[in-house]
Amino acid sequence: MSARVGVVLFPGSNCEQDVIEVVRALGGHAEILWHGDRSVGGADAVVVPGGFAHGDYLRPGAIARFSPVMEAVAAFAAGGGPVVGICNGFQVLTEAGLLPGALQKNRGLRFLCTPVDLRVETARSALTSGLAEGTVLRMPINHFAGCYTCDEETLAELRAEDRVVLRYVDNPNGSIDDIAGVCSAGRNVVGMMPHPERASHELLGSTDGLVLIRALLESAAVSSSRG
Amino acid sequence: MQFSVLVEVTLRPGVADPQGATIERSLPALGFTEVRGVTVGKAIRFTIEAAGEDAARARVAELCERFLTNPVIEDARIELHEVAAAR
Repeated sequence: MSARVGVVLFPGSNCEQDVIEVVRALGGHAEILWHGDRSVGGADAVVVPGGFAHGDYLRPGAIARFSPVMEAVAAFAAGGGPVVGICNGFQVLTEAGLLPGALQKNRGLRFLCTPVDLRVETARSALTSGLAEGTVLRMPINHFAGCYTCDEETLAELRAEDRVVLRYVDNPNGSIDDIAGVCSAGRNVVGMMPHPERASHELLGSTDGLVLIRALLESAAVSSSRG
Repeated sequence: MQFSVLVEVTLRPGVADPQGATIERSLPALGFTEVRGVTVGKAIRFTIEAAGEDAARARVAELCERFLTNPVIEDARIELHEVAAAR
């Protein structure tokens, strides 16, 4: 049976269809999880996609994190289920406390929409299992608040526990330690600012995002057989 | 009792403030060469109903902790004073 991926839709999300498209192209099953839902509907993995949930009012993710569906996502994550936040989804997961740190305005105060190179730093996460560490992937970033920030203690912990999943080869936004993506202590919750779903077809200029989504589908299948 | 509240949200010490830095860098061109230490935050105003000032302050502190600030990067300063209740 193909892995079932639930894609969360908040008012203001705008990358959910792209994620669904890629999951289906890779043979997975994808469905929308409405922000007002109180369950993840039997999903084997959850993606919190990019966009501007609730207009990014107050702070990106600050309002979205209180959506009913986020309680279900937190419970799913606590049970070891794979959860991936992309761009605004990463911001939502940090606000929800499912990932450490915070995303601040880019150091240069510019909205950045450009392809970047990312280095896979660990193969031990729901999004990178099976990948070779050191692999460089090219995909777009599209954000105003992508500067990853955390205190020294948290940074030391992330490094010591091998929880920096992706680093920018050439830091575009001032993120501490060039961090583009991190994972939870359980390694099943992953957040990243770049957009793998936008690097999923030759016509988009890169297919490097496919390996990440494929790894997620494999993590989902493992999670499904376990659960 | 009703209280008028001003919450000032500021970045925690040590957290980079690119907006403040950009404003400060632009000031000499306007002739304000004597200005230092520019920081940018948010001001959030509202009224709250509470039994007394301590109760109001505790409620607002909880609201700041859970929602109005991200404690990873932000601090809040709370100012409040009693106002005549609206009818």
